[in-house]
Amino acid sequence: MSNYIKLIVLGLVVLFAAIGSNYARDLAYQVHAILVMIIAGGLFIWTLKNTDEPDILVDRSAEYMDDVIRYGVIATAFWGVVGFLAGTFIAFQLAFPALNFEWAQGYMNFGRLRPLHTSAVIFAFGGNALIATSFYVVQRTSAARLWGGNLAWFVFWGYQLFIVLAATGYLLGGTQSKEYAEPEWYVDLWLTVVWVAYLTVFLGTIVKRKEPHIYVANWFYLAFIVTVAMLHLVNNMTIPVSIWGSKSVIVWSGVQDAMIQWWYGHNAVGFFLTAGFLGMMYYFIPKQAERPVFSYKLSIIHFWAIIFLYIWAGPHHLHYTALPDWASTLGMVFSIVLWMPSWGGMINGLMTLSGAWDKLRTDPVIRMMVIAVGFYGMSTFEGPMMSIRAVNSLSHYTDWTIGHVHSGALGWNGMITFGALYFLVPVLWKRERLYSLQMVSWHFWLATIGIVLYAASMWVTGIMEGLMWREVDANGFLVNSFADTVAAKFPMYVVRGLGGVMFLAGAVIMCYNLWMTVRKAPAKEASLTVAVPAE
Amino acid sequence: MEEYTLLRQFADSWMLLLLFAFFVGIVIWVFRPGASKEYKDTANIPFRHQDKPAESKEARK
Repeated sequence: MSNYIKLIVLGLVVLFAAIGSNYARDLAYQVHAILVMIIAGGLFIWTLKNTDEPDILVDRSAEYMDDVIRYGVIATAFWGVVGFLAGTFIAFQLAFPALNFEWAQGYMNFGRLRPLHTSAVIFAFGGNALIATSFYVVQRTSAARLWGGNLAWFVFWGYQLFIVLAATGYLLGGTQSKEYAEPEWYVDLWLTVVWVAYLTVFLGTIVKRKEPHIYVANWFYLAFIVTVAMLHLVNNMTIPVSIWGSKSVIVWSGVQDAMIQWWYGHNAVGFFLTAGFLGMMYYFIPKQAERPVFSYKLSIIHFWAIIFLYIWAGPHHLHYTALPDWASTLGMVFSIVLWMPSWGGMINGLMTLSGAWDKLRTDPVIRMMVIAVGFYGMSTFEGPMMSIRAVNSLSHYTDWTIGHVHSGALGWNGMITFGALYFLVPVLWKRERLYSLQMVSWHFWLATIGIVLYAASMWVTGIMEGLMWREVDANGFLVNSFADTVAAKFPMYVVRGLGGVMFLAGAVIMCYNLWMTVRKAPAKEASLTVAVPAE
Repeated sequence: MEEYTLLRQFADSWMLLLLFAFFVGIVIWVFRPGASKEYKDTANIPFRHQDKPAESKEARK
């Protein structure tokens, strides 16, 4: 019966998309309509083929739902490489403007590729990592199979569709120009549907848990899912100009719009890139170190302090703007107070290794996780400092900001995700160990040196251009033109690009290593996996 | 009273007090007697049920 409803819905979607591709007012919308038409059409045929076939019901409640996580791991690695590649390319576009090819103007110039890079690394790489690890962690720590059956598959594939729509939209000009919230209204609506499904799967699993307590990692994951839903809805309150076009108009205006954008933007950092990844930290570091978290009490205080403080930090993005002074002071104060819980969490992660520090020498995977926590501590010190109004007056609009973001994103989010992938692949594919620990070491050093090159060059160029912009002569005239600062930055831009190449090379080595782990590493002995058939 | 002023006054007083009291409450609650023993068990959750779900509530033991 449900197949008939699916067929009707899919049929209507195909019809609507077909009309849309005909009436489309802009290229992005037209391409998306054709894409949706093809996907919905394919699903229609696939559903039709399976309709009225006898249902084979297999009771899988005695095993974890791991196949969707395996897909998530592959997607994470794939989007990671795509995102790093895009980032390295646009880094060189800034150093060598000739790479903004004339034949690709309007599609592959820096302005179009930049949101593609940020969304690919944050939402495609980071998002897939969060979805996959949260599904893994919530099952293990709840001792229950994922709730909702195939809904988890809908979350996975729905999220991939969101990524593809967002990415192709940017290249074709479908953007609402809000940082980290660029996708247009119909893509936002689709993400909302997927996200609600994600929340239900996660909550459903927690509700039917067999453990009496909810492990702290799940609290962080849940805060991430709920808060991102709230941020996404409020920051995307738009009215489409036409149902057949991608353009929409936001209901907020002026400084309220700016404030909501950075309330969203900073909490995308706070809840997507911090809370979610802290969930990862609180599960995978104890697992890899084979000892429980240093202080469970501290982890609870860490959680509530982060939740209460982060949400107020947004206004520090709007110093010296139309935003009232009290609001930007509030944002600044909360950003500085935030330093405490951030470092509390960092200490909790690092001290989990106390008594097992020797593992740092022997296990490159734990080294990766530890340096991730180290970078977390570094960037959560740098961030509050940059939020101070006086510091911000120098650092704002300079490359220092970009360096700060990358030491957090590459160092903290990237490294903890790599660590989680190195942990997950042997477990999920039932291998005894990774294919090569030496390759993990190579990855570790390439990535670390790459980040150091990146951050260091951006500090130099950021502070330099900040000082050049404010330099005045004895008569009060500006000394430098904007083009002077651009010319002065060239060597640092090349160093930054090389840092990106190293980080990308490390990620490619990781993909090869993980691939060979699945292909070549010895399988775990059958006795360890009693009566768990491959799904 | 103007909507903005009203909301602003509420945010500065009662809501602030409520959130602050909630947070202080959490910190006190975390250090309640007997918490250490319970948290020791909770902190070990990741080391159980690695391969398959628990059969029933008792399976935890």
